[in-house]
Amino acid sequence: MTTSHASPRVSSAATSAISGEIPLPAPAWSWVTRRLFGHRGLAIGLVLVALAMLIAIFAPLLAPHDPYHQDIANRMVPPVWHDKGSWTHVLGTDKLGRDTLSRLLFGTRISLTIGLVAALISGVIGTTLGVLAGYFGGRVDAVISYIITTRLAMPVVLVALALASLTGGSLTTVIVLLGLLLWDRFAVVSRSVTQQMRDAEYVYAARTLGCSLPYILLREVLPNIAGSLIVVMTLEMAHAILLEATLSFLGMGVQPPLPSWGLMVAEGKAYMFFQPWVIAIPGIALFVLVLAINLLGDGLRDLNAPGGRN
Amino acid sequence: MNVDSTIEIAGPRPLSTAPSASSTSRTPPALELCGLSKTFTLGGGLFKRGRALGAVSDVSLRIPRGQVMGLVGESGCGKSTLAKMLLGLTTPSEGDVLVDGKPLRGANQKALARHVQPIFQDPYSSLNPRKRIAQIVGLPLQVHGIGTARERAARVAETLDVVGLPRRAADQFPGQLSGGQRQRVAIARALIMRPDIVICDEPTSALDVSVQAQILNLLLDLKAEFGLTYLFISHDLAVVEHLVDRVAVMYLGRIVEEGTREQIFGAPRHPYTRALLDSALTPEPGLGVPDIGLGDAMPDPSDPPAGCAFHPRCPRAQPVCQQQRPRLEDIRGDNARVACHLA
Repeated sequence: MTTSHASPRVSSAATSAISGEIPLPAPAWSWVTRRLFGHRGLAIGLVLVALAMLIAIFAPLLAPHDPYHQDIANRMVPPVWHDKGSWTHVLGTDKLGRDTLSRLLFGTRISLTIGLVAALISGVIGTTLGVLAGYFGGRVDAVISYIITTRLAMPVVLVALALASLTGGSLTTVIVLLGLLLWDRFAVVSRSVTQQMRDAEYVYAARTLGCSLPYILLREVLPNIAGSLIVVMTLEMAHAILLEATLSFLGMGVQPPLPSWGLMVAEGKAYMFFQPWVIAIPGIALFVLVLAINLLGDGLRDLNAPGGRN
Repeated sequence: MNVDSTIEIAGPRPLSTAPSASSTSRTPPALELCGLSKTFTLGGGLFKRGRALGAVSDVSLRIPRGQVMGLVGESGCGKSTLAKMLLGLTTPSEGDVLVDGKPLRGANQKALARHVQPIFQDPYSSLNPRKRIAQIVGLPLQVHGIGTARERAARVAETLDVVGLPRRAADQFPGQLSGGQRQRVAIARALIMRPDIVICDEPTSALDVSVQAQILNLLLDLKAEFGLTYLFISHDLAVVEHLVDRVAVMYLGRIVEEGTREQIFGAPRHPYTRALLDSALTPEPGLGVPDIGLGDAMPDPSDPPAGCAFHPRCPRAQPVCQQQRPRLEDIRGDNARVACHLA
């Protein structure tokens, strides 16, 4: 009994001692590929997001029709798996006879642009506020925390709707609005991570050397919080894409005839009982893209967790 | 403050300029602390005022060139705050520090950095995990714009040799090194600018005992080689006894006793110093942890006791100790100072 317990413990202790004592760092790229594909959710998310990006870039080459071309003779053609479907319009057409597949492919551009740009804008705002609050503490922190709390008290959808109806919806308006509204999580996360970093002795060492404040914040602090920020970035991208769809569905976002997925759902809602694919197809696309981005974010968070990289 | 002109920084200093003991009487001390105090405000917010906490109160010390001054005291007594003030990380509330006879207050941080460098306690936190060793050690040269990239790389390699690290360590990340190796990197970073004064804030307390000895010996060798002056902060009396010329004992933000190593370790006069010495563990088996007879933990520094701050824990306290704070004085004229009514 005791011996059978003892032997595996000894062997595991021996192997860990060996791997601990002889530093044999694996080459960087094999480490990256092993970590990426060892994590199934991350791999799926990464492949789907990469696919969406390729589609967005090459949409004009991939789309079988002009997404804006109206063909009244071929209105509401069902998709190919339906009895009346045809291969000319694989995913059917909408009420104006526009090809659904082409609009879907071009819609990827709008969703990804909004997600990326809005997340970048809010990332810059939130990270700046959070890092300053976390690094300086005291009064700066009190003021910035107050701003963050104020922002958290505002319901995003209502504020975005109100502002969009004041300014009139357009792609640029939606991007700017979401960028100005979604920075709270960046600020909260970067503030708390910077607070831990502020009293790190390497920050003290840089300060004693007379390094400038921008150097310390950008070169000593930022690389160490970048991992957490990338995770927040993916979550906010998904958030922004969903909000754009919401605003467009409510008529306050992207305006027709742009092929936004939210707009496609809105335009198809009158037909949802008898031609359900008209809203199901853009809905599924939205669901898959947001799921993929969230999987990617979760995976990156796991990679960034303690024990991931030291 | 034009301190740069007095000392050649760029090249390695020849050994002959290392100051000898005889010159200490004429030149100003490497480091002089004059009535240094630091008061923090606790619990203040945007709309409320906080309480005052005197972390360091009226500390005066002279560290002659080429000597090692030990600073001991239990955790929370203000040792690290003192170190931060010497490094220019916190501004003193009162008093000033003289580096080579020149005041630190209002001095340029970069000019100060060429004279005073730190070695921190925790080698796991003192190196940025996202930078390579060569970048970490070379950062001082880069910030101060010394040399070309190639000259800097040569200096880094040379400094890694001096602290006993293999040159291939330059391309590694801190995570790939052991605790002792990391502390050698921290020492290399501190020495690459050829400072005069090194503030060692508990440089060995995060290390294994066997590695501690290596690092202490390295520090002693480097002191001899570069003529360094150390302020060596520690709570470990065994380490201090091994290394220092003079010792200052700190309690609740004040120096309570200061003297040579022989005076402090041979004939301690302040009851707190005695208690500290009694608390050192003996290698004798079976004796267990010594009872130092101090009882209570340290008093709240934001509400220090009246009179002598040590009197609530002092085994020999008299009524006078509760009313009057003893001055730190050279009572016997033997160049040792003690703050105790009963000494």
